[in-house]
Amino acid sequence: MNPVRLDDYREVAPKGTVEFLRRLAMRVRGRRFLHVNSTRYGGGVAEILHRLVPLMAELEVDTRWEVLKGNSEFYAVTKAFHNALQGKEQTITKPMLDCYLATNVANAEGLSLEGDLVLIHDPQPAALIEHRTDKGKWVWRCHIDLSHPQRRAWRLVRRHVAKYDAAVFSLPKFAQRLSIPQFLVYPSIDPLSDKNRDLSEAEVNRTLDELGIPRDKPILLQVSRFDRFKDPIGVINAYRLVKKYCDCRLILAGGGADDDPEGVAVLAEVREAAGHDSGIHILELPQDAHLKINALQRAATIVLQKSLREGFGLTVAEAMWKAKPVIGGAVGGITSQVIYDVTGYTVNSVEGAAFRIRYLLDNPDLIARMGEAGREYVRRDFLITRHLTDYLTMLILLTE
Amino acid sequence: MRERAKIPFEFSSCVELRQILGLRAEDEKELADILEQVPQDSVYYHTHGFLLRHRYMAGLYANDFANWAAIQVGDRVLGEQLAVLDPLDFETLDDLRDRIISAIDDHLKGMPIVPRVVYGEPFNFIESRIVQVPIGIEARTLGEFREAVSKIDDSAIYYHALEARVRLGQRRNDFSAWLGECLDLPGLAAKVEALNPYNGGLERLRSQILGYCDGVLTKGRDL
Repeated sequence: MNPVRLDDYREVAPKGTVEFLRRLAMRVRGRRFLHVNSTRYGGGVAEILHRLVPLMAELEVDTRWEVLKGNSEFYAVTKAFHNALQGKEQTITKPMLDCYLATNVANAEGLSLEGDLVLIHDPQPAALIEHRTDKGKWVWRCHIDLSHPQRRAWRLVRRHVAKYDAAVFSLPKFAQRLSIPQFLVYPSIDPLSDKNRDLSEAEVNRTLDELGIPRDKPILLQVSRFDRFKDPIGVINAYRLVKKYCDCRLILAGGGADDDPEGVAVLAEVREAAGHDSGIHILELPQDAHLKINALQRAATIVLQKSLREGFGLTVAEAMWKAKPVIGGAVGGITSQVIYDVTGYTVNSVEGAAFRIRYLLDNPDLIARMGEAGREYVRRDFLITRHLTDYLTMLILLTE
Repeated sequence: MRERAKIPFEFSSCVELRQILGLRAEDEKELADILEQVPQDSVYYHTHGFLLRHRYMAGLYANDFANWAAIQVGDRVLGEQLAVLDPLDFETLDDLRDRIISAIDDHLKGMPIVPRVVYGEPFNFIESRIVQVPIGIEARTLGEFREAVSKIDDSAIYYHALEARVRLGQRRNDFSAWLGECLDLPGLAAKVEALNPYNGGLERLRSQILGYCDGVLTKGRDL
């Protein structure tokens, strides 16, 4: 990841943001802020922490990032938890629960968990709360769509969450019946990362050449893990409905993550659904293919995120930052990022997606207008500088 | 009119952290019932918070209750009745709350069924937690004040014009209090006090303040 300083954000964040952050941070200078999550690489949480942690340190907040260590069995269990908490039918057996708890116990012994504010990201390390020793505040940061959790799975996680001092959710609809304060913090993207920084047209063309994708037709793009909740098969079906009327290409680009063992099976299903259609490009990208993803998003005409369940879906903000209209599933955080008819459309079906894709392809002026609106909206609400502001504010409110 | 104030105006910005109350209304009666019990900070958030949001997200109307009724429930009549309420017409947030509840109750009296969300989103009650952030800018003269107002960010305008009066319970907003008391400009103070951001937003409020300041600076006397 290219190193950046806070001052580098002057060019991209809303005017006055950097000065404001410095002023805000003066109130919490020297305080200890600890992040704990389950993976150093892969997925939106790790991506944003790679940048957020050094920026907090630059603001003289004593910031650390610890990562849970687990074996493949643990990650399979936490994937099952993840699915169940997002509403998928999933059995959590006693041995699975034992594995989850044992891994948390082992990590509690090995990790340094002191901080004035300890922010535990997602369910994987949630049980660490049982081992808190310091006097700091512990906050559970939930990044997933918790609007319709499987009851038993949530009950198992809730018993730990209830012991925190506060919880943070990405949307109000994810909040639960808890006696602790629940804050609302949107996730964010980093405009200076390889995935989002400006690229020249030559760089974009070169990347598409390398990937073997001609730029001869409008490009529809979905970037996401190969995960059933992202509905890649639905995207292929929508493309096929559109293709009858508008010639276009579809790119499905994604990769796995350390904690996502299901991806291989879903990828096989997607390949089978695509068949031999030369207009469909399935790209299995490594986790560090940020520049490639950036180039694909910039080359796209329309970006799709047709998820069936979604925590927040940062690929939506990434696409809007590149001035692309987004057609997204009307779920989770997508409804907060896509302002209907302003920055794109939210849809509820394959047919809805196909209709809006056709509508936009037939209205190129609208594509440009929505793209610009999306970029300005992201500048204000979904950049990392806003995220940093929220965490500093939380640190002030909880520790002063 | 005093050329130079003994006490400077110290500008502050603010930042809002939203706290989810975990209370959701699925129909209009529930909306009124829950509204009756939520903290004042939640009433404040849903009636003033739009000013701190991006214009795309501010919604059709200037308060969240009106937007929810009109867009999520599809009850445009209640939406309009709630939209017309101007928070500055009410002495306290509790008065505003009571008026909103009365408007909903009156509306429901004439309805055969209670309108509810079918395909839309329920109303999620949120509470606003505001943190003040001094920005290190101060003014002692009207010229310095004008210069500062022209460059401070929206949240500073919000903090001094609304937060101070509505939530902190001060009689006047910070700007008019200082202009009146420290620069002895009662005419200008009254004009600034009478400004209303609910329809034009914070940028319009800023330009109106600047315009009044320019009037005094040009004439060399109070308005």
